[in-house]
Amino acid sequence: MSGRIDRRFAALAEEGRAGLVTFTMMGDPDIETSFDILEGLAGAGADIIEIGSPFTDPMADGPVIQRAGQRALKAGITLGKTLDLARRFRQRDDATPLVLMGYYNPIYIYGVERFLRDALEAGLDGMIVVDLPPEEDDELCRPALDAGLSFVRLAAPTTDEARLPAVLTNTSGFVYYISITGITGAAGAAAAATEVAVERLRRHTGLPIAVGFGIKTPGQAAEIARVADAAVVGSALVGAIEEGLDDAGRATSACRDNVLALVRALGEGVREARQEAPS
Amino acid sequence: MSARGANRPGPDADGHFGIYGGRYVAETLMPLILDLEAAYETARDDPSFAAEFEHWLAHYVGRPSPLYHAARLSEHLGGARIYFKRDELNHTGAHKINNCIGQILLARRMGKTRIIAETGAGQHGVATATVCALFGLPCTVYMGETDIARQQPNVFRMKLLGAEVVPVDSGSRTLKDAMNEALRDWVTNVETTFYLIGTVAGPHPYPAMVRDFQSVIGRETREQLMAAEGRLPDTLVACVGGGSNAIGLFHPFLDEDSVRMVGVEAAGLGVDTDKHAASLTAGRPGILHGNRTYLLQDEHGQITEAHSISAGLDYPGIGPEHAWLKDSGRVSYVPITDEQALEAFHLCSRLEGIIPALEPAHALAHVMELAPTLSADHLLVMNMCGRGDKDIFTVADTMGADL
Repeated sequence: MSGRIDRRFAALAEEGRAGLVTFTMMGDPDIETSFDILEGLAGAGADIIEIGSPFTDPMADGPVIQRAGQRALKAGITLGKTLDLARRFRQRDDATPLVLMGYYNPIYIYGVERFLRDALEAGLDGMIVVDLPPEEDDELCRPALDAGLSFVRLAAPTTDEARLPAVLTNTSGFVYYISITGITGAAGAAAAATEVAVERLRRHTGLPIAVGFGIKTPGQAAEIARVADAAVVGSALVGAIEEGLDDAGRATSACRDNVLALVRALGEGVREARQEAPS
Repeated sequence: MSARGANRPGPDADGHFGIYGGRYVAETLMPLILDLEAAYETARDDPSFAAEFEHWLAHYVGRPSPLYHAARLSEHLGGARIYFKRDELNHTGAHKINNCIGQILLARRMGKTRIIAETGAGQHGVATATVCALFGLPCTVYMGETDIARQQPNVFRMKLLGAEVVPVDSGSRTLKDAMNEALRDWVTNVETTFYLIGTVAGPHPYPAMVRDFQSVIGRETREQLMAAEGRLPDTLVACVGGGSNAIGLFHPFLDEDSVRMVGVEAAGLGVDTDKHAASLTAGRPGILHGNRTYLLQDEHGQITEAHSISAGLDYPGIGPEHAWLKDSGRVSYVPITDEQALEAFHLCSRLEGIIPALEPAHALAHVMELAPTLSADHLLVMNMCGRGDKDIFTVADTMGADL
């Protein structure tokens, strides 16, 4: 659906490697620092960028991303300002796919039509909305597809064979496989279990498959990169930003430095994964 | 257990009451919610499940609860003939246990081995801990730190009953945050765990299922008032937080056009302040905790903190069926402040010898406004959905008394 996402996965396939998908929260720890980080991600090795849009009640997120959302809301971020950051990002980078990740209520209150129009104009490529399963596709998924934006669906270990077709219908861009039943930032799944799950998904879809939840280290990212088309890292990056805060909770240069260093290491892990893999 | 009529919007097959309700949950939970729905539909149509439910209600909960003519209050207010539906006399002291019996029987049928719940005032937590003790299932209750501080007796009760009480320190540290945390637990422990939601909110099928279990309140009221007065009530009054006691009383009467119904919301320090919990009066539709309903939120769709002196009404949302009933005009919803509820609390204690919970004290405060405007043959039923033992510390605090 989205040109940038499709082109990026095509290029990755050509290079014979998996991609690195990063998640950071817009507005965390403040709006300008989050933009500085956003601008550095692609150069550090992110192939696709998820930009988090905070919600007061993030029911699928663990403590790390909950705290990021609270910092971001305190810093005054809104959905409109998040789209402004995407627009600024696009002025310098017209290739890296940008996917907004969040919960439905802020979009619903912003107005679905207005959101889709502004998101397209800002240069967003797609969205992941945690609390919109296929049962609620009329809300945002179908209008988004009609508008030319990708609606990236989550598939979980609980999504059984009978349900997979419903989950994959109307999914576009890529499929985001949650490797564990749990919240963001929890311990990751065993690589073998993930491999089985990815193979199961491939029998149902030709879309690229990104795997996330619980990936914290370059080694774990590399393991995922051997079996999936992309590895998604979120809580570990958000945690690196958090570690860079001073005692008063303000940003220091370490926020950006920490997170970009981790992205570089993760990116190397992903890039080298298939070279070292016994094939 | 329930039929559909013009005033009963359903829900439809996807769990919607008009535009409200639905299933706005993460994919990980979606298969569990579909399982639950299928299991509930099978149980609902199974006479042996109904018989089991009725058995425990009669022999353990103590149902039917009395329908009591509050003669001194009626005389004092000088108007309507006031009845209390005495659900505060249930085992554990509130209506919450009706639903807990129903859901734990279902959890057992589904082979679940662990129960989780959220609680605000602690009444649902106590009721859940109680049925878990009764059936020998481990129980984890999520409770906001703010609520733990103001509901110590209930926290201790839950622990005595063998439940683990997990303090929730995120967000506003009240009921909504406890619900977030329970959902996070459920998404993690999907195979073993049954989430026993305490009110008519959350994703489908909870709003319909909890309503069906609580409708025993209205069915009994109907029979009891017929026996006492030979006719239907003219007005029903109940407090609404999530709205389970109110829908339980109202639902069996929704198709009776002559019966007026009023839901009473917590107005805290006043609906013109930012310290209240009146989502129907002062909120707007949005999506939280798996359903679309009226919510307290800012202009960016961020949920705002609710306030009420009553922990059980301190929630920024409302069950989706109430949202529909408000829009349709079938039920009217009115706000009552902390101060009004306290006045009703004291009046009822001294005049009727019943110390009400602060939740139904809100309903009673509206009865105090309404009853004097009505004639002596007007039959008004108020749901006395909980007793006030748990609230004595809160009330003592407002009086400057040291316990």
